[in-house]
Amino acid sequence: METRGKVFRYKDNVDTDVIIPARYLNTSAPAELAAHCMEDIDTSFVKRVEQGDIIVADRNFGCGSSREHAPLAIKASGIGCVIARSFARIFYRNAINIGLPILECEAACDGIKEGDIVSVNFDNGVITNETKGESYQAEPFPPFMQALIKAGGLASYMAGEGR
Amino acid sequence: MGMTITEKILAKAAGEKCVHPGQLIMADLSMVLGNDITSPVAIREFPKFGAADVFDREKIALVPDHFTPNKDIKAAEQAKCVRCFAREHEIKNYFEVGDVGIEHALLPEKGLVTAGDVVIGADSHTCTYGALGAFSTGVGSTDMACGMATGKAWFKVPSSIRFVLKGSLQKYVSGKDLILHIIGMIGVDGALYRSMEFTGEGVKNLSMDDRFTVCNMAIEAGAKNGIFPVDEKTIEYLKAAGAKDPVIFESDEDASYEMEYEIDLSALTPTVSFPHLPSNTKTFDDMPEVKIDQVVIGSCTNGRYSDLEAAAEVLKGRHIARDVRAIVIPATQKIYREAMHNGLFDIFLDAGCVISTPTCGPCLGGYMGILAAGERAISTTNRNFVGRMGHVESEVYLASPAVAAASAVTGYITDPRRI
Repeated sequence: METRGKVFRYKDNVDTDVIIPARYLNTSAPAELAAHCMEDIDTSFVKRVEQGDIIVADRNFGCGSSREHAPLAIKASGIGCVIARSFARIFYRNAINIGLPILECEAACDGIKEGDIVSVNFDNGVITNETKGESYQAEPFPPFMQALIKAGGLASYMAGEGR
Repeated sequence: MGMTITEKILAKAAGEKCVHPGQLIMADLSMVLGNDITSPVAIREFPKFGAADVFDREKIALVPDHFTPNKDIKAAEQAKCVRCFAREHEIKNYFEVGDVGIEHALLPEKGLVTAGDVVIGADSHTCTYGALGAFSTGVGSTDMACGMATGKAWFKVPSSIRFVLKGSLQKYVSGKDLILHIIGMIGVDGALYRSMEFTGEGVKNLSMDDRFTVCNMAIEAGAKNGIFPVDEKTIEYLKAAGAKDPVIFESDEDASYEMEYEIDLSALTPTVSFPHLPSNTKTFDDMPEVKIDQVVIGSCTNGRYSDLEAAAEVLKGRHIARDVRAIVIPATQKIYREAMHNGLFDIFLDAGCVISTPTCGPCLGGYMGILAAGERAISTTNRNFVGRMGHVESEVYLASPAVAAASAVTGYITDPRRI
């Protein structure tokens, strides 16, 4: 599995209130949420984002509220992967539970700039920056997390071996 | 090697003799919580877990508190979705408008959490119940759906940071100032994935309401949970609330901690978080003059009776500044009634405040006090991110009820000790 696209580059502490502001939480329809994704931090995001694009951010991505609407909005917007130095813990759980690919990788966050064309191979965790001709190795997921991801999220995992 | 209180609670819930940080466990849940924003997503996911019914109709709490009384048609549809699910599955702890309060004030008040419990809630401030000696943590809607279907959740056992408290708080200094001080010290990811354990001889000097406020904001430092040991005050509180008998765990003397901080409560002073992070704290020693437009006193952080009392003490016999709007939101119906009976409402009304029914409303920029561009609020809530309470160009300053009330009187951020 792979995703390839242009990079939206953000800094530390991108919180769930800017990923999807609470004024839009009177719905949970993914397409409606996606229409306002990142609105309070980047008004051009929704206009520019295309299927397969990648968000790269620094520390503590997804901090704040537990709203699963945040990874849902990102996934529905077309983003194929979020790469960060670290993720807030509830966002991390939610992303895995709903099948939004996320990766932790310091080197990628050091090297990748806004607008770079990047591809991510989810099987081996290799992140390739085509613009710069560099590649980076992401942190591998613990085996349990890999099993969750492979099962396609928490529901199918629990319905299978987890019960 | 000994275990921490958090490790012991998780070990018991996972049916293990001992657990260690980093270990992945499947734990039995004592309570699964959701609100009107997160429950509809969980209800949509619920059938995918293949269960015909919920695991236990008495161990689920559905608390429509965010956008109720319904703020608009879409919010009404979400509340209806939760109501229908609650009726269909005969959920015992569903709270309709008229009975509902802000979830993290309501569950302890109704005796639905006790010491030793493992609680998950599809709301990040579920960590509040650590004040009762429970392990409780925020999760997303899919985890909530899983919890409702199976009664289980997976956890990575967190490592712990110990905060050793000594002394006691001075007048006009509260649990809010303590937790803002800590977040300012360690940062918004200073406890990421970890447990924040509060211990030391200073604990006994903190009221239960202060402990709730401290644990409530553990998430604002990135923590998985915040937790206090159980003492006489906890047991008295649990008894009065009619909670199940507590199961008391204590950290072993040789338990291992990743870090330790010592905090002298008597040295703390009123603390304010400036925009746009809870960690951006200042005390009145280095406070610039900040003019404010709105004051909010309420929320799961500071909407309890003693919070209203602290605000009323400052507001008594005074009137709020001409250019300020002050919104008081008792967190539950019980708190509302007590505040009314004991004359706090008269103080608020005489001061020019408006009093709302229990709701999360303005804290997350939902309704009941949204800010326009360029406006500033001082608020007893828990987050001051960009656009949190309204327009992306508005600002939120986080503080205790006493600071918020003093600021309402003067119109700029004010030290309650100097009013």
